[in-house]
Amino acid sequence: MNVCKVFVPYGALGTGIPEESFESGIRMGPDVIACDAGSTDSGPYYLGTGKGKYAPDSVKEDLLRMVKAGCKLDVPVIVGSAGTCGTDSGVDALFEICAEICREEGLSAKIAKIYAQQDPAQLKAKFAAQKIKPLDAAPNIDGSVFDRCTNIVGLAGAEPFQQALREGADIIICGRATDTAIIAAMPLMKGCHEAGAWHGAKIAECGSLCTTNPSEGGVFVIFDEEGFTIEPTASDSRCTAYTVSAHMLYENSDPYHLREPSGLLDTSNAIYAELNDRRVRVTGSTFTHQPYTIKLEGSARIGYQTVTMVGIQDKRIMENPEKWLGTLKGYVIRKLNKYQFDPASYEVDFKLYGWNAVSGSIPPADYMPREVGLVMTVTADTQELATRIAKIYNPYLLHFPVNLDEQLPTFAFPFSPAETERGAIYEFMLHHVAEVAHPLELFRVEMVVV
Amino acid sequence: MTLGETAKYVRSKNAGPFWMTIDVFCDSREAYDRLKASTVLRADSIAEVYHVDTNAVKRFEVDDLMVIKASLPRPYPQGSRHERDMHSGQQYVQLLDLDI
Repeated sequence: MNVCKVFVPYGALGTGIPEESFESGIRMGPDVIACDAGSTDSGPYYLGTGKGKYAPDSVKEDLLRMVKAGCKLDVPVIVGSAGTCGTDSGVDALFEICAEICREEGLSAKIAKIYAQQDPAQLKAKFAAQKIKPLDAAPNIDGSVFDRCTNIVGLAGAEPFQQALREGADIIICGRATDTAIIAAMPLMKGCHEAGAWHGAKIAECGSLCTTNPSEGGVFVIFDEEGFTIEPTASDSRCTAYTVSAHMLYENSDPYHLREPSGLLDTSNAIYAELNDRRVRVTGSTFTHQPYTIKLEGSARIGYQTVTMVGIQDKRIMENPEKWLGTLKGYVIRKLNKYQFDPASYEVDFKLYGWNAVSGSIPPADYMPREVGLVMTVTADTQELATRIAKIYNPYLLHFPVNLDEQLPTFAFPFSPAETERGAIYEFMLHHVAEVAHPLELFRVEMVVV
Repeated sequence: MTLGETAKYVRSKNAGPFWMTIDVFCDSREAYDRLKASTVLRADSIAEVYHVDTNAVKRFEVDDLMVIKASLPRPYPQGSRHERDMHSGQQYVQLLDLDI
């Protein structure tokens, strides 16, 4: 019977788990220790700049444990979506941390770097050849989008990891990959049940989120030829049929289906059986091969932002903050037009925290807040212009009265200067897949011995 | 009764940068059946609350888990210049006070 035991210590590298939970996962004797180090979930800035979200100190602590344990057990360590966004800079930065760990611990290792960043020219050619297809709710694009993006990554499937494993990698540091491929790569290579490998990987990819104690510990998955068995590594946590099956809902638009590069996972007929009070066995999911596609993510710089925050408690404004704000905006817009700013070169957005900033919906008729926080965001083609526009608003955000013929109120700025420059800002541009000739077409595997 | 009083737990989250998904969990068959029958979680009602096209809303009834799930395109991609809720984590709250 082909079996592959995977220890997933963290939902993401850099989030940490208690030492005891980690050690307990290691004592269970994994064949591989794997986790991801990123996602798009923190927004387009990270991919746009190629920077990571987690503190390098936390990343190093988590990786150190994995590397030491992998070395002790002589099993591979796999990390995917390096540096949050999975750009080449993310791979290189994580590799440097890894090399530093090896030096400090006196370890020697064969490290595979898998690069997932995409060449815009190659994608443009694919787009022209109609080999780039939109996913549901994708933005409309033309061929220029590939040059506009500062970074584009492809999500690696299992094959680049398998290539690195076949070449004898002790540690794999991969750029952007599907969360599942990182975990499923070795079970698939060892001949475990294909649907079971993808399904188990999906359940395990957020670490302990599929257990009764989502804040602590990792998960341990035993893949075999019929399915998988999962349990938590924290002693006070449990996997139940409910917690495991419910995880298919998490951050998934469809509760039963998951598209991977090589095909479609269908869990509609999966059976979740509780083996005891900690372990759940899952069988019965299916996997249908489809034309191999690589999902693309791209982020482009769209401008610069300057933000002004001001607090207001004035009771008459609290009765209808939007009315007051509407009058203020009208007043300042006339001024901006007088100064002849090109209206296409900037946008001004207002959010009233305490009123409706989070939902954007209309509050109940009798609702009156005690105070609101007004956040004004100016987005412009240059930082200088964004701040210039924000400064034109400044005296009005400080003093604009309910009626123009009365004493000027003064509102509560928390900062001096009132304007905060946010720098360049980015937006996601792609929700597309690329058709490829073979699974490694868009990825490069490099082996380095340290 | 409101949706918030009937369900055990409701959450919303991004499903990738272009989609949002809402999960409504129940802890009794009775509550689940009431929510399933209610118009509040129909695709057209969800579309109205979140200002999206009804046809774009995907609705699922997960009987085994007693969960109603609705997925819909975000009104704008995650992290766009006027973002209100980076992870869509607070968007479910708008549903809680709806009468079922």
